[in-house]
Formats: sequence, structure tokens, C-alpha cells
Amino acid sequence: MTGQAARRRSAYPYALYLPAAVVFLVIFLVPTVMAFYFALTRWTLFDSTFVGLDNFRDFLAEQNLRVGFVNTLVYAVLTSGLKVVLGLLLGVLLTSKLRLRGFLRSVVFFPTLVSTVAVGITFSMLLKPQTGLVNQALALVGIDGRDWLGDAATALLSVALVDVWKGVGLATVIYIAGIMSIPTEFYQAVAVDGGSAWHRFRHITLPLSWPATYSVIILSFIGGLRSFDLIWTMTRGGPGFTSDTIASIIYKQYQAGFFGLSTAGNVLLFLIVTAIAVPLNHYLGKRQVAM
Amino acid sequence: MKTSHRTMGAALTVLTIAALTSCGSGSDAGPSADGTVTLKFLVDNSQATVSTAKALTDAFMRADPTIKIETEIRPGGSEGDNIIKTRLSTGDMSDVFWYNSGSLLQALNPGQTLVDLTGDPALANVQKDFLPVVSQDGKAYGVPAGTAMGGGILYNRKVYDKLGLEVPKTWADFMANNDKIKAAGIAPVISTFKDTWTSQLFVLGDYYNVQAAAPAFAQDYTANKAKFATTPAARAGFDHLAEVHAKGLLQEGFGSATADQGMKLLVEGKGAHYPMLSAQVPPLVATTPAAATDIGFFGIPGADAAKNGATLWEPAGVYIPKTTEKLDAAKKFLAFVASPAAAEAMNKAVQPAGPYRIEGAKLPDDAIQVAKDLQTYVDEGRTAPALEFVSPVKGPSLEQITVAVGSGLTTPEEGAAQYDKDVEKQAKQLGLAGW
Repeated sequence: MTGQAARRRSAYPYALYLPAAVVFLVIFLVPTVMAFYFALTRWTLFDSTFVGLDNFRDFLAEQNLRVGFVNTLVYAVLTSGLKVVLGLLLGVLLTSKLRLRGFLRSVVFFPTLVSTVAVGITFSMLLKPQTGLVNQALALVGIDGRDWLGDAATALLSVALVDVWKGVGLATVIYIAGIMSIPTEFYQAVAVDGGSAWHRFRHITLPLSWPATYSVIILSFIGGLRSFDLIWTMTRGGPGFTSDTIASIIYKQYQAGFFGLSTAGNVLLFLIVTAIAVPLNHYLGKRQVAM
Repeated sequence: MKTSHRTMGAALTVLTIAALTSCGSGSDAGPSADGTVTLKFLVDNSQATVSTAKALTDAFMRADPTIKIETEIRPGGSEGDNIIKTRLSTGDMSDVFWYNSGSLLQALNPGQTLVDLTGDPALANVQKDFLPVVSQDGKAYGVPAGTAMGGGILYNRKVYDKLGLEVPKTWADFMANNDKIKAAGIAPVISTFKDTWTSQLFVLGDYYNVQAAAPAFAQDYTANKAKFATTPAARAGFDHLAEVHAKGLLQEGFGSATADQGMKLLVEGKGAHYPMLSAQVPPLVATTPAAATDIGFFGIPGADAAKNGATLWEPAGVYIPKTTEKLDAAKKFLAFVASPAAAEAMNKAVQPAGPYRIEGAKLPDDAIQVAKDLQTYVDEGRTAPALEFVSPVKGPSLEQITVAVGSGLTTPEEGAAQYDKDVEKQAKQLGLAGW
């Protein structure tokens, strides 16, 4: 009886879950558990020696960890903040009655479709000091552009802005969906009360698109915390260590052949992202329910 | 219904397992029907290596038609290091492969992974003083591939002629030259920090001067007794790097320039000096013939004119992994690589960047200027191998540290101290004694 009841509850026979379960187990769960073990060893790929928590101590003693940590946070906050602001503004613009609305929506979304590495290489060329298009354009209006990616003061900022350029399309689409789902009755009510465009935005669009804001913040903040591909293609964490993030520090240790040490770094990154993302998710989710 | 579910489940299980295990098989061993053996040869993707490997394999296949060689290409740098380590540890390595000698070889655990060639006829023509850099615990594992190269200053000889300058023997002379070059409107020192590895030359190429001033440095450094920060001769490299930046001797946009752009600036005479490896010159000769005659080489000058010399990088090695099933053919290929005939074949394909490590192998008469300059240092006995060939200890972050010092972000004192810490991390990860 119980077996039959269980079978009735499950929509498909369990055998159909098996391939996914095996793939998940072999490619995801087993390596994750192994990572927790290898983080405690000195591992050369040829053999491993158990060294206890030494790797964690060495990783935390990494000279550039502080820079990397600050950079990671700055990058995550900056990119997710800009994506929220620009995404919302573009979302409002692209839900209004524009003649080229469909075309403009495609234009805004297009960068999201391009591979990150391709974007990184393209912008490295555009940002070159003498020959790059950006500085040549600036020269036309009499501004002497700098070596954006080779200068410690502007490297991280330049990469963050490129990240925003690439990611704002997705944020905009999420906002467009959010704004379109607001019932028009609210706007009519504002119109009846004699409210201006600003009132419509401030008291209807902004609060009622909160679920979209929530999704954009969570997605881009977590994306920012583990940001790596764009930074690696554009600056490799340089000049020096000035645009290193936690992920690029871990990658460099892996490259150097310190497999145990870099695994320890990944375990720490996992814990940090969890420690930040779970409360953030909880807090933002609560606000959503309160709406 | 029940049975069909169960059958389907079993079928899916089999399929899944088959899909998961099917990757990683399929290397066919043994000679083919017509009796030829095919060797796979893994090389890095630099222009010089690829052309040299092609010259070697073509000449070898002509000499021995029973063996065919297929060349595979891998990325260079630390990405390549990991490919080599991964393939060796999974038993998936090609039959012969080209890889660095010195400290990088030590990290491959050769005793466990490579075929011991000690006393093998394949080593018959190898110069005896090369063997230590392809050996561990007294056992030799490889033959020299290509030529040695110099690490020092590449300079534009036309600029030197035009300004009436002489090759400097001391750092002070070098800086005096730089002032005159700057006054003539030419960038005195080219730096290319986008390719971070190029920033290390002032430090690594200074090793001749380090060992001239402190002969026991390599030994003490390996034993965790001598440090870069506290040995003045060793710290000088970091000081030099900071000095050329502080005096404004670098070209504009040095922070995002690449090695190729640097070589272009040097050949065109827009820059006068480029701290670099001599191996960067030969690939350029095909497209820019002037590079053969206009670019010269001198060792990084130190404090004392009487102790002037150059730092030498030993050739890479060609090795055989223990997992190969075609050992005899692989050994035949190695014996050829380390023969004067191979040197002749290489000379025809790529201009050598320095002297060979093969007995009886000679530079061609029309050798490029950097190779001739380097040969002079070798003939006069004024060379020393770079530190990575005499000590297994080499920190992985040196290139970032030298970029930071060379861009004025970090003081040389701090940079040297950071590198000492970096080295400590590596020594601990290698499990060396005394750290």
C-alpha cells in the first residue's frame, strides 16, 4: 500500500531521475566533498600529504588577500548598484511609448549575448592608451585620456564599468518584465488624482517593481562576488595586484601548482559567498512578502 | 507496466555508466599495418618552439621513415604547466614532450613520472654541464631542445651608433646612456607590463651580478638562509626596476603594452633598451630582417665593471613519460634531437638565439647579432645560469611584484620582502627541507 501511495505521489518513475542524479553525484557532489578533503592536504596532483589546517592559515596570510577582498566587495557593490539604477531607468524608458522600442530593447540586450572573454578582449583594444578608440574619441574633445587598464587608479573601475555595460541588458529585461506586470489601474488612479509623471514613477513603478530589483541585486551581487572572467581577460589582476579579486588570487595559486592551497581558498570563497548571499536573500525576500 | 519501468531503469543505468566511462579511452598502441610507429610530440605554442619542433620532426622523419611524429600544441606559461602536470598524473601524456628544464622540471616529480635516461646512448652528444638542469637525485631525464638564451638587455644598435654610445659595463654607465637617449627623444627603456612575465628580467637577468658578489647565494637561498630583501646584491634588481620608472625612462603606455609591441618599438628605434630574453629576436627576423643585425645583446650591468657578465637560460628539454608504449622509437627521436644533425636542421628553420648544448653543434655563419653577442660572453667564460637552474625555489608571484615595483606602486624594499614571502609559500608547498 505504502509503495503504491509513494508511486502515485511521484509524477514519473524514479528511473527517469537516475541520469540526472548520477551526473549530479559524480560531477558535482563527489568533487565538492573531495574539495573539502584536499583543502586539508599539500597536493601536487601526483600525491597528497595531509597537513591539517595549514593551507587555510597560509591562504589567510596571503599578502594580497586584503586588497583582493576589498576589491571583490567594491566590484560587487559597484556593479550591482549601477545595474539596478541603469536597469530601472532603461526599463522605464523601454516600456514607454517609443517609436523604435523593439529595436532599442534588442540593442540594450545585445551585449548580454556576447561571450565575456570576447567582450574583455574587445574592450582591452578599445581602451589602449594611444591607439584605442576611447582615447582617440576623448582627444577629439580635447581630453587627454589615460592608460585605463595599465594604471592602478583606473584598472578596477574600468573593468567594473565594462561589466555593467555587459550586464545591464539582463537587468533591463528583468525590469521591463517587472514594470509590465504592474496593473494599469494604479496608473489610472494616479492620473485621476492629478499626479505627475514623477508621482507615477515614485509611488507606483518604483515600489511595485521591487521583485525585479530583488532579482537584479541578488543575481549581480553574487555574480560580482565571484567575478573572474572579465577581470582575468582585461587586467589579470594587475597592474601588480591592484585589481585582484578573491577568485583571481585563487586562480593564480592554482596556476602556480598549489592545488591544496587554492582548494582551501575555494572552500573559503564558498563559505563567504554563502555567508553574504543567504542573509541577503532572506532579508530581501522578507521585504518582498511584506509588499 | 512494472517490468517495463524496471527494464527502462536498467537500460538508463547502463547508458549513463557507459556515457560517464567512455571518455578517456581510445589511444591505439602498437605499430600499424605497414610497420610504421607514430609518436605524439607535445610542444608549447610559442612561435620559436613550433618552428623548431617542425624542423626537428621533419628532419627526423626523413632520416628514419619507419617512425612518424604528430605534433600537438599546448599553451605556454603556468596554464601549460598545469596541462603537463594533469596529463602526467592521469597517465595521458604524449609519447615525447617539450618542457622547461630547471626548477619547473623538478615540480613534475620526474623520478615517478619520467623515463630515466642516465647512461642511455640518447645522451651521448649532450654537453655534460647541461645535465644537472634535467636531473633530479643524480638521474638525467631529458635532452636539450633548441639553444640556450641570454636574459639581459636587448638594445638597438642603430640608436647607439647615431648617439655615439658604448655598451655599458656598469649600472651607472647604463643610466648615463639612458639620459642621453632620453634627451634625443627616444624612450630609453621599454617595458611591457601587460605581458607580466616580461617585467621580471631586471631581477632574474641580474643573477650573474648576484653570484659574482655573493657566490654562496643560491645554496643559502635554497636552504632558507639568504633572502632577497637582506642581500644587497640580490635586492639590486628590484632597485633598478624602481629607478628606471622613477626617473621617467619608460615609454608611454608601458602598463598595457605587450611583448610583441615592445619588440616592435625596439626594432623601429622608438625605444633603445628592452630587458628581455634573446629568444624573442629570432621569430622576428622572418618579418623584419633588420632585427637580425640591428638588435644586439648585453648582460644587465652591475656595480663593478671588472665583474661584468651575462645571465644564461638553459635550453628546454625533451622528455619521455613512463606511460609511453613506444619507448624505443621515443629514445631514437631523443637521440636525434641531441645530435649535430638536429642542430643543422634547426639552424635552417629558426635562427638560434644562443649557443647549443650539443657536442659538435655550431652556430651558422650568418647567426643573428644577439646570438653572436651572447657567444662572446660564453667564449670568455662570463656567464652564469639563471637562479631557477641552480635552485628549485622560485616564487610564482614574482611577475606581479615586479610589475608593482616597476610601476612605482610598491617600493623595492617592500617588493623584495614580498617576494621572499612568496618564495616561502612555494617552498612550503613543495615540502622542501628547512622551511
